[in-house]
Amino acid sequence: MLSDARLVAAKDLRIELRSKVALNQVAPFAAAVLLLFGFALGPDRATLEPAAAGLFWVAVLLSALLAVQRSFAIEGAGGGHDALRLSGLDPAGIFLGKASAVAVQLLVLELLLTAGIAIFYGAQLAGFLVLAGAAVLATVGLAAVGTIYGMASSGLRARETLLPLLFLPVVAPVLLAATKAWDAALTGPAGAGAGWLAVLGVFAAVYLAAGIVAFDPLLEDA
Amino acid sequence: MAPAIRFRDAVVLAGRFPLLAGIDFTVAEGEVVLLRGPNGAGKTSLLRAAAGLVPIASGEAVVLGFDLQVDRREVRQHVGLLGHTSYLYDELTVADNLRFAVRAARGPEAAIGPALHRLGLDERLSKVAVARLSAGQRRRVAIAALLARGPRLWLLDEPHAGLDEETRDVLDEIVGEAKASGSTVVLASHELDRAARIADRVVAVAGGRIVEPAPTTAEVGAPGPDGPGVETAAGAGMAVSRAV
Repeated sequence: MLSDARLVAAKDLRIELRSKVALNQVAPFAAAVLLLFGFALGPDRATLEPAAAGLFWVAVLLSALLAVQRSFAIEGAGGGHDALRLSGLDPAGIFLGKASAVAVQLLVLELLLTAGIAIFYGAQLAGFLVLAGAAVLATVGLAAVGTIYGMASSGLRARETLLPLLFLPVVAPVLLAATKAWDAALTGPAGAGAGWLAVLGVFAAVYLAAGIVAFDPLLEDA
Repeated sequence: MAPAIRFRDAVVLAGRFPLLAGIDFTVAEGEVVLLRGPNGAGKTSLLRAAAGLVPIASGEAVVLGFDLQVDRREVRQHVGLLGHTSYLYDELTVADNLRFAVRAARGPEAAIGPALHRLGLDERLSKVAVARLSAGQRRRVAIAALLARGPRLWLLDEPHAGLDEETRDVLDEIVGEAKASGSTVVLASHELDRAARIADRVVAVAGGRIVEPAPTTAEVGAPGPDGPGVETAAGAGMAVSRAV
């Protein structure tokens, strides 16, 4: 399973490195979202700084949608779902591989957005352990949920509009917990975010387990 | 020896519409079988069903000793399907695509170079993204991927389509070598003259059913009123009427 996951993740990341869609489209989109929030709330840093954590995670969530859609668009281009099925790869490995590739892209994006909230919103970066822990756990949860629903919706005609409808309500707990954890880290005390890390960890574990179990029938029905 | 494919009264549905309506179809190991029939007869559905890509609604379907209703994944590890789409990743290079296919199948990476060479894909082309290739070149890459994987069962849907004459000859040689090595080949083609030359047996398909008796390879490959060995709806209709 893990060797299959490595193979799929390496393939997806290689495709992203060659196509540069994440770099040329998703990252500018996320930066634009941060800027637009700034326009909407006004230039006053006293307003923006307390909202930085929430705005950061909303931007990540919206970018995650694009990353997941892209992850399954590359599979559909040349009859790819059939290629994945014909490959004989373990469906659980395919799930972990695709989720890992999405997670890596999101983590890189989050690094850029972190610089963005420091520059645009004046956020004081502190509590790095909580920031990093929350980012990793939330990203794993987002990638797992996104990969499950990306696969579920990928064979449908209305997949572009259906995926956000399925994905966003389910990841509301991630938005809440990650925002609270980051808020605690940015405004202190960072230790107050520890409980939210546990929530993010449980969420990620549940959806990783669900994906490992459910991906086989999802792949067959796509 | 157990047959490579054994379908008994197998039904494949698209919604309520039967793509295969109670197929009885047996292929012995090491055999090369040509599926003949007009467009929409069910040839592609039969190949996809044998590859474990579409579920069997009822009946019995055993491929390479695996029950398709239970062990579809195991079947796929030993099957190579050349379909209407290339099953390639456009952004990856030719070599990357073959490497992924071979690694996924736990095949030997040493087979990649010879497979590319065999299909006339040189060092320069192997580093080109598949998106930049012509349709014929993509077809050659897809065949090279199958060759590198070395499946036990080759399922070829219109394998000669889009290929130049030289590559068609190479493909026919590859089919012959696969047969010689004990692999089984089922191909669906409208280019009957060429396909009949490499097939041991012809199976006629019409309306999602196998039509009996099937014509011989000599009958199929022989020049007809519409030209030498070219499939026509009228030709398939003749096969049906003969069966009736």
